[in-house]
Amino acid sequence: MTALTERIIKVFSTTAFRLTAAAVIAFVLAAAALAWLLFYQTNTILTEQVLGALRAEAQLLRTDALGSGTEAIAAKITALSQPGGAGLYYLTDSSGVKLAGNLNRLPPELNESPQGGVFRYSPVRGAGERLAVAIPVDIDGGNKLIVGRDIEDQRAFADAMKRTFLIGFGLLSLLGLIGGLAFSRFTLNRLDTITSTSRSIMAGDLSRRIPVEGNGGELDALAQNLNEMLDRIEGLMSGLREVSDNIAHDLKTPLNRLRNSAEAALRDPRGGDAYREGLERTIEKSDELIKTFNALLLIARLEAGPLQESLERFDLGVLVDDVAELYMPAAEEDGFALTVETESGVAVMANKQLIGQAVANLIDNAIKYSRVSTKEGAIRVTAGRLGAGAVISVADTGPGISAADRERVLKRFVRLEESRTKPGTGLGLSLVAAVARLHHGEIRLEDNHPGLKVDLVLSERVVVDPQRGPAREAGSPALVVAK
Amino acid sequence: MRVLVIEDDRETAQFLQKSLKESGHTADLAGDGETGLGLAGEGTYDVLIVDRMLPRLDGLSVIKTLRSNGNRTPVLILSALGEVDDRVKGLRAGGDDYLTKPYAYSELLARVEALGRRTVPEEQQTRYSVGDLVLDRLSHRVTRGGEHILLQPREYRLLEYLMLHAGQVVTRTMLLEHVWDYHFDPQTNVIDVHVSRLRSKIDKSFDKPLLHTVRGAGYTLRDGPD
Repeated sequence: MTALTERIIKVFSTTAFRLTAAAVIAFVLAAAALAWLLFYQTNTILTEQVLGALRAEAQLLRTDALGSGTEAIAAKITALSQPGGAGLYYLTDSSGVKLAGNLNRLPPELNESPQGGVFRYSPVRGAGERLAVAIPVDIDGGNKLIVGRDIEDQRAFADAMKRTFLIGFGLLSLLGLIGGLAFSRFTLNRLDTITSTSRSIMAGDLSRRIPVEGNGGELDALAQNLNEMLDRIEGLMSGLREVSDNIAHDLKTPLNRLRNSAEAALRDPRGGDAYREGLERTIEKSDELIKTFNALLLIARLEAGPLQESLERFDLGVLVDDVAELYMPAAEEDGFALTVETESGVAVMANKQLIGQAVANLIDNAIKYSRVSTKEGAIRVTAGRLGAGAVISVADTGPGISAADRERVLKRFVRLEESRTKPGTGLGLSLVAAVARLHHGEIRLEDNHPGLKVDLVLSERVVVDPQRGPAREAGSPALVVAK
Repeated sequence: MRVLVIEDDRETAQFLQKSLKESGHTADLAGDGETGLGLAGEGTYDVLIVDRMLPRLDGLSVIKTLRSNGNRTPVLILSALGEVDDRVKGLRAGGDDYLTKPYAYSELLARVEALGRRTVPEEQQTRYSVGDLVLDRLSHRVTRGGEHILLQPREYRLLEYLMLHAGQVVTRTMLLEHVWDYHFDPQTNVIDVHVSRLRSKIDKSFDKPLLHTVRGAGYTLRDGPD
């Protein structure tokens, strides 16, 4: 098969074309029924009109014939039969001999129907057969009279009407089908683009995108949605690559240190004591590794999909107060003034442990990184509504993060040079960011003049509005845990 | 204490058996869910340690079946699965405690001992005492040697939990879970600061310390030599 026939077959087999064809057929059928009804009604009315005129004339002739002789009637009919008259007449005597009239013979069709009817005749002048309708007139004296009217013009009108309708319907169907073809060809072209793009994406080129024409149509919306989906997938994929790169660096390095310390202990000439110390160091280092590993897995889990089982309703202010209280003694010990200010009555439907972990990470970071500045530090923790949503803020007076680095520190394992020596996994803020995303929110880093202010913004979907009952979040179908 | 370890990894199981024996307990092993369910059904154990992923019958099904048969033996679930939804599922299935792999043996031992002690209805006591330290659960009053000690609400709950488990080792994670109801890692050892504040109130001005730090494990409240 050639490419062209293949293409045509494809066009005919498209859903769009089939739908158009069905619509055209349905329309033509409906129009045909309407046309037939119109035609039938017009015909009936015209026929009735002719018959009415015939009956009136027959009545008139019968009245005339009453009392007058056969000659008088014949003369009358002869007069009526003059060329140019509207009627057709045929008068015979009782034996069937023609006495007068402009018909050459008694139409055989009428012999079979004494009530009158339609017949064909050949006019005296002029060629060809014409259609007529006639009824018998009941006159005295054994004579027979038939009165008729030529309806050839009416038939011609009806024929013209039929032709017009047929041509019209033909054109209409043709146009409809052509329209359908054009429409399906257009959609096919767009869909072909989408198909070929998705094929090359499947082949591994994740950067390809479906062209958007910008006309705001449904196909554009589809293309846009697919593109957004691709963006998300690409983001996840690059996240995954980043994770494996990070694992290579940030997990292998401590693993290597772990191995080194075990080896060093084995080689130590002191023996027993050295072994004990070495083993203790090994356990310590493996605990740190486990912490990093857990944090990594948790982030990966949070990014893979929302959690259903562990959503619960709780008061955000109470939780933030609680977590801050957990850190209060540690902060005081380090010389910080930790102040908490929370709005009461902000109920949320969220994962309490994760929000708690995020707040803990933020306070822990604030304490850890403010410690470097020698002056008295202050850490301020606040929580409350923000528009329809909610926000938890932790502000410190430490060294802060320069605007250029703020985006970067949210990434996994990113630890700014100045903090490399501090304990920690380098995953604290990325975990907070993952928790925020999971709750349809985000994390914002701002300058606290001096210091850093971190806002953990929770979406309005998480906040339970007392006026509207439980938040939409609770059981939303979008929440599917990747098993 | 008689412990049943239902764990399919032989090395882990044998390590647990040996370690529990050294800690003064006896441990039986079951390598799959069906065997474990059969042994546990005999009802002669004080604590069950159940791995979540087991051949033949998974850990959660073992626990559900036991519970539906009316067996109330305390269960510690061991799992490699993370702590977000899995923990909730594990406890919902009827587990009493949940420990994520990899864990420290000291953590496991502390939890097993705490679970084993649960069968004694000590929680209904209204008065705890360790040495001359007395905690009255009705009046929320704490005294040592008759001397009233003023505690913050959180310090009171910390002491209450320690007294409930007097003589046992209580880990930092256990304190975080039961006193604060947090199931996450608070990064730095914030618990230590809370404990040392409590210690300064109940021990500092007295000759004999009651609240001891157990190196590499946690804390214990007991009246006796260090």
